Amino acid sequence: MLDKNGIAKRIAREVKNGYYVNLGIGIPTLVANFVREDIQVEFQSENGVLGMGPFPFEGEEDADVINAGKQTITALAGASFFDSATSFNMIRGQHVDLTILGAMEVAENGDIANWKIPGKMVKGMGGAMDLVASAENIIVAMMHTNKAGKSKLLKRCTLPLTGVGCVKKIVSNLAVIEVTSEGFKLLERAPGVTVDQIREATEGALIVEGEIPEMKL
Amino acid sequence: MINKTVKNVVDALQGVEDSMTFMLGGFGLCGIPENAIGELVRLGIKDITCISNNAGVDDFGLGLLLQNHQIKKMISSYVGENDEFERQMLSGELEVELTPQGTLAEKCRAAQGGFPAFYTPAGFGTEVAEGKETREFDGKMYVLEPAYKADFAFVKAWKGDEAGNLIFKGTARNFNPCMCGAATITVAEVEELVPAGALDPNQIHIPGIFVQRIFQGERYEKRIEQRTVRPKP
Repeated sequence: MLDKNGIAKRIAREVKNGYYVNLGIGIPTLVANFVREDIQVEFQSENGVLGMGPFPFEGEEDADVINAGKQTITALAGASFFDSATSFNMIRGQHVDLTILGAMEVAENGDIANWKIPGKMVKGMGGAMDLVASAENIIVAMMHTNKAGKSKLLKRCTLPLTGVGCVKKIVSNLAVIEVTSEGFKLLERAPGVTVDQIREATEGALIVEGEIPEMKL
Repeated sequence: MINKTVKNVVDALQGVEDSMTFMLGGFGLCGIPENAIGELVRLGIKDITCISNNAGVDDFGLGLLLQNHQIKKMISSYVGENDEFERQMLSGELEVELTPQGTLAEKCRAAQGGFPAFYTPAGFGTEVAEGKETREFDGKMYVLEPAYKADFAFVKAWKGDEAGNLIFKGTARNFNPCMCGAATITVAEVEELVPAGALDPNQIHIPGIFVQRIFQGERYEKRIEQRTVRPKP
């Protein structure tokens, strides 16, 4: 089973040379730490920076340079700043190659819910609805089950949707899954996890074809 | 040169009244019009509608107006960092319209550019699209979103000149340029106000035509929400 860093490490292998990548808040932010150093990649943050770098050195933080999680960051050589409308033109216009975001629920038809729990938590969708409606290549980083052990990979989402039929791939603490027209297709198992354990933790239709390899990290 | 300079924040906010709609720039606490917010608190006007990506934190930014119960309605994309906001929203005291972030930016820019509405894929099939016109283009579904209408836009820039030309810094740019010229009156506050001619015209982010009033801001706190650093090697 993977921890949050393990999920990020596996997703980092999906980041290819020449990609512009948008990272959501939470586990997706960790992906930047594991991307190979011999490829050219730029990270986009929806609040208006392309070419986002690591956290600043102590004492060098600048209130005017933050990421979408409101954390102080740095801008790398070749970076640019821009306004919010331009930022979402990059996203809506499909100029961003890969979007990695978190989810509370994903359904077997690719629906995603991650912005609202009615009556309890209403933080808002931020840029998530724009991202999922527009991006061609979306990877969801998530825990396979909630704290009570219930599956978050469902037949149908129970929470208000963020987007419909948009998730293509999921990397969870248990598995790598492709979302197909028939349902969740199991591609890889996390180290030490069996197919039965994944089936147990997946409410939606799980398609298992042949031997399922263990992830390489 | 048409001089847009006003003496101070008091003059800059002449004409604001109860029940008006305001646009306020900023992402989190980054690039917010601190002086204008302070003056709105001092004026104590009520029942206002605020179009702003976020709602500040409990004791800073728009959180100050929320504490004072001056806001009737918030139009935002993300309001996660404000307990008082969440309390007022869940209790029904505060009306809230949550809008996808890219749509919010574009609804401002559409107003700036004279577009009454535009189609976006964001929110299709979700509660955001409920009651809105949808349409298919090239096999994909889109939602019709109208431009915003606002009485004042309050923006914050890094540098500005007497003609109202603006230059922003870093990610403090965010929604500020999109809101310039998107309301009846745009008020820009700047960290450094310089004479006309002192800024290179090639480097201007927002031309002065989109700004009606500009003033030199004071006492910027520029509070950091999440101070994240790494140790020096």
